[in-house]
Amino acid sequence: MAEKSILYDASKCTACRGCQVACKSWNEREAEKTTERGTLENPPDLSPQTWLKMELREVGNNGNLRWLFTRRSCMHCKDAACVKVCPTGALYYHPLGFVSYDRGKCSGCGYCKEFCPFDVPRLDTNRGSGLGRMDKCTACTTFGLDRIDEGYSPACVKTCPTGALTYGYRETLLTTGQARVQELIVKGYKNAYLYGDKEVGGTHVLYVLDDSPSVYGIVENPKVPGAAIAWQDVIKPLGYVAVGLVGIGLLLNVMVARAKMLNGKGEK
Amino acid sequence: MTNHWIDFRNADRIMIIGSNAAENHPVGFKWITEAMARGAKLISVDPRFTKSSSKAHIYARIRTGTDIAFIGGMISWVIQDMEKNPGNYNMDYVKNYTNAALIVNSGAKLPGDIGQNGVFSGFNPEKKSYDKATWQYGDTTTPATDPTLQDPNCVFQLLKKHYSRYTLETVSKITGCPKDKLEEVYKTYAECGAKDKAGTILYAMGTTQHTYGTQNVRAYSILQSLLGNMGIPGGGINALRGTSNVQGSTDQALLWQYLPGYLPVPLDSDADFAAFKKRAQGAAATPKGLAWDKSVWWTGNYDKYIVSLLKAWYGDTATATNNFCFDYLPKAKAGVNYSHIAMMDAIGRGTIEGLWVWGQNPAAGGPNSNGAREALGKLKWLVVADLWLNETAEFWKRPGVNPADIQTEVIILPVAGSYEKEGSVSNSGRWVQWRYKAVDPPGEAMPDLEVMNLVMLKLRKLYETDTAAPNREAITKLTWDYGEEVHSDDIAKEMNGYDLAAKKLATSFIATLKNDGTTSCGNWLHCAQYPEEGKNLAKRRDPVDVSLNKIGLHSNWSWCWPVNRRIIYNRAAVNFDGNPWDAKRPLVQWDAANKKWLGDIIDGGGDPINVAAVGDKRGPFIMKNDGVANMWGRALADGPLPEVYEPWESPISNLMSGQQVNPCAYISTFMNERGTVDKYPYVATTYRCTEHWQTGIMTRNLPWLNEIVPNMYAEIGEDLASELGIQKGDKVKISSARGEIEAVAVVTKRFQAIQVNGKTTHQVGILWHWGYSGLSKGDSGNILTPNVGDANTTIPESKTFLCNVEKA
Repeated sequence: MAEKSILYDASKCTACRGCQVACKSWNEREAEKTTERGTLENPPDLSPQTWLKMELREVGNNGNLRWLFTRRSCMHCKDAACVKVCPTGALYYHPLGFVSYDRGKCSGCGYCKEFCPFDVPRLDTNRGSGLGRMDKCTACTTFGLDRIDEGYSPACVKTCPTGALTYGYRETLLTTGQARVQELIVKGYKNAYLYGDKEVGGTHVLYVLDDSPSVYGIVENPKVPGAAIAWQDVIKPLGYVAVGLVGIGLLLNVMVARAKMLNGKGEK
Repeated sequence: MTNHWIDFRNADRIMIIGSNAAENHPVGFKWITEAMARGAKLISVDPRFTKSSSKAHIYARIRTGTDIAFIGGMISWVIQDMEKNPGNYNMDYVKNYTNAALIVNSGAKLPGDIGQNGVFSGFNPEKKSYDKATWQYGDTTTPATDPTLQDPNCVFQLLKKHYSRYTLETVSKITGCPKDKLEEVYKTYAECGAKDKAGTILYAMGTTQHTYGTQNVRAYSILQSLLGNMGIPGGGINALRGTSNVQGSTDQALLWQYLPGYLPVPLDSDADFAAFKKRAQGAAATPKGLAWDKSVWWTGNYDKYIVSLLKAWYGDTATATNNFCFDYLPKAKAGVNYSHIAMMDAIGRGTIEGLWVWGQNPAAGGPNSNGAREALGKLKWLVVADLWLNETAEFWKRPGVNPADIQTEVIILPVAGSYEKEGSVSNSGRWVQWRYKAVDPPGEAMPDLEVMNLVMLKLRKLYETDTAAPNREAITKLTWDYGEEVHSDDIAKEMNGYDLAAKKLATSFIATLKNDGTTSCGNWLHCAQYPEEGKNLAKRRDPVDVSLNKIGLHSNWSWCWPVNRRIIYNRAAVNFDGNPWDAKRPLVQWDAANKKWLGDIIDGGGDPINVAAVGDKRGPFIMKNDGVANMWGRALADGPLPEVYEPWESPISNLMSGQQVNPCAYISTFMNERGTVDKYPYVATTYRCTEHWQTGIMTRNLPWLNEIVPNMYAEIGEDLASELGIQKGDKVKISSARGEIEAVAVVTKRFQAIQVNGKTTHQVGILWHWGYSGLSKGDSGNILTPNVGDANTTIPESKTFLCNVEKA
């Protein structure tokens, strides 16, 4: 089946945050208790209740002040680290290419969060039992709330008033995105860039940026950690029993620590 | 709006001034995005770098409240350029479709003339009002013209002289906008003065909420007339209305000075019905020596509309012999102000006993909230009809007061939300769109219409039994025959009106309405919306664009007043032969072979100027008695041309004249302290964010929206914040002469100090969505705003006042 994607054109986005609310509304996510921190951005981070969050950045000064808006949510990688490392098979590729998951199968191990090159999945961990469940954007393919299966676009795209978000075949959106980037370059945005075409082997969320990704606070050259590849290709086939649970635990701890180091994230 | 939302996409230049469309009209911004994709240039003029500015090609920062200086400078720039390069402008339009060539009374004096000291001729300092005799044309019925635009008393020369004082130097000092930025904006925007270009000005409350707000809008319309942008696709001046049906509410006379359809309210100075009609209609003026020779003078039809309105209200009781029951109508006292500010003053002074507040929230939404809340306590009774308990409904238990001290009886009526009732909503582009009920209202809540009906039925009973009630027949004789269960569809028919003799719905105000009592019409603007039984055109949902060259009129989607004309003044969109000024954008076009107009419904009927017979060559601006766009005005309270005055609270003395404040502004004396720059050194303005709406009562009760914008905040520039030791997220205390509030500081690069007359001046942005009711509570921005109003409308000056900021 031909792959589908979401195209986010930052140059057309006005940060009205209709997408952020529509996401919560459709996916039955609760409002978080927040406070204004003087940033105009809320909630402060992605969470099991917040799958999509708009970021606002003031860049430059005086004559060349810019106010840039970025969408932060799952990128739906073609070659997704989270799917690779998921020990229970909860995370899987939807036939249209999106990274979806079966919440019932999630063990709450949190490896997906640690290995995600975009730091997207979030865990809701029960403090008593220590058990948790991961949540993130499913591109509206969540079982029981599946818009895609019904032929609709994801809720965020549906609500976008300015045309900053569009939904369609990945190949088509790549063409649209490239054309828009060329248009922006002609208009003087020399660093305009289509993000997600090549990154981590391609993603199913594409960004049209009128400046380089770093200006927008987006990871330049994201990498799937080597450990994730090792996990899927080497360790996972051996199975739980063969290696022993303790061994897996130790090994993964090492890998997680290494992944953090590689990503330069450190402890939060 | 003269135009409509979709039409923005037809513009080549878009100037957003006094509006933050991206934030407050996020859906409508789609059309601006489309225009830019087509190559249009967006200019954002604002004290603050907004979300709209973030998408703009040019951003010009100005001091809030300096629109007249900013636009006056542009008018001057355009006039100078027009004299040098007339080929870059549509001079046929300027000379024949505006009053540029008309000769004004030789007694007219401008504020800059010797001895005028900042006021126009005719000013009476005691009454603080003008005698407008010298603002009229020299000849009021057949004004003389000078098509060469050289006569020193023609409007063009008066404009030129008046705005010659608005040099780049002076405008820069007043606005704080650097000269090179002014020139960049002026040059870029003036490019849409070419015949084949269109430019639109989008504005909102940032323009209107000033003591000279009406003149701010006038300044835009003068500029647009000079540039030939009125009446054309992608042009016009477009007020982005702040609530979904505020256009509908003003059309239905929610402003005190109007009856439905903008007919004037009767005054006690109108000797009789005939005198009232004469005042409402005005008289035609036909300029001599222009390309056309007939003023359509539409207000000449107002007698038909008034009589039909009275027939709708009083039915068979209304006859020619009793002046169609005109005497039942309440008469406003001439010269007395009945606007919101004046009303709250009267309540505060105890002259009004009872108040019915419907979908309004004066305790947080009007100016000077502390004063308004205090005033509400003087009422004997207060009815609040709303979806939620708002600050007005809960004013008696607000923080800091003892409920036992307040004797006002407060009655709450829960009413239905927009998805819980059926009816029409008129958008900014005058499209009347029918909406259906989706769900039943919760609990005891009912649609406003049902509430109104039940109250009226009860009231009528009371009047019927009380034979001593004053003016009781005005109630007992009123046509109110909806029964216990009222349907909005019936109201739509009543508004559309009937040919009473034929017992048929009226087909249009042109074809049907008469002044002899044989027709009825609840609102002439809506006449033709419901031309036959079962055919409410507001319900139409055909999205196909049938306009010429697909310019997005979508004339079969819903219905728009008047007579489904999508762009008003569209007669100005064609040349004398009836061909569009710009072939790419054909709004209307004369089909010579078939002798008819194609495209939008033509304004004013008749043939094109060069086709029509002598004596029937019609002027384009049919709502003006002289048929032309009035760059020189003759009717406003405070002058024929916009002139720079300072806000009531300003950091500087007026650089343009010795007249500091608009001499005709409305200044309240009820709990209305005035601040000075020594105590309140910063210029403040108020505005909204996307997530909350108005006083926030519909949004602060929604957790998802509170999650994104949880607290009252104020925006402060990094430079001022660092001076005051304020970090982002700190609590700050903001005070004005009228009160103080607490807010979270959003420290931003988007506010920056400007140089006003050589002095570093900081501006502060204050949200006004909060109050003590609802799930998210906070201080109301309007605690700070002054109780002063525009000279013509009395809209409060919420957008400019002085404040102080301290770390809390």
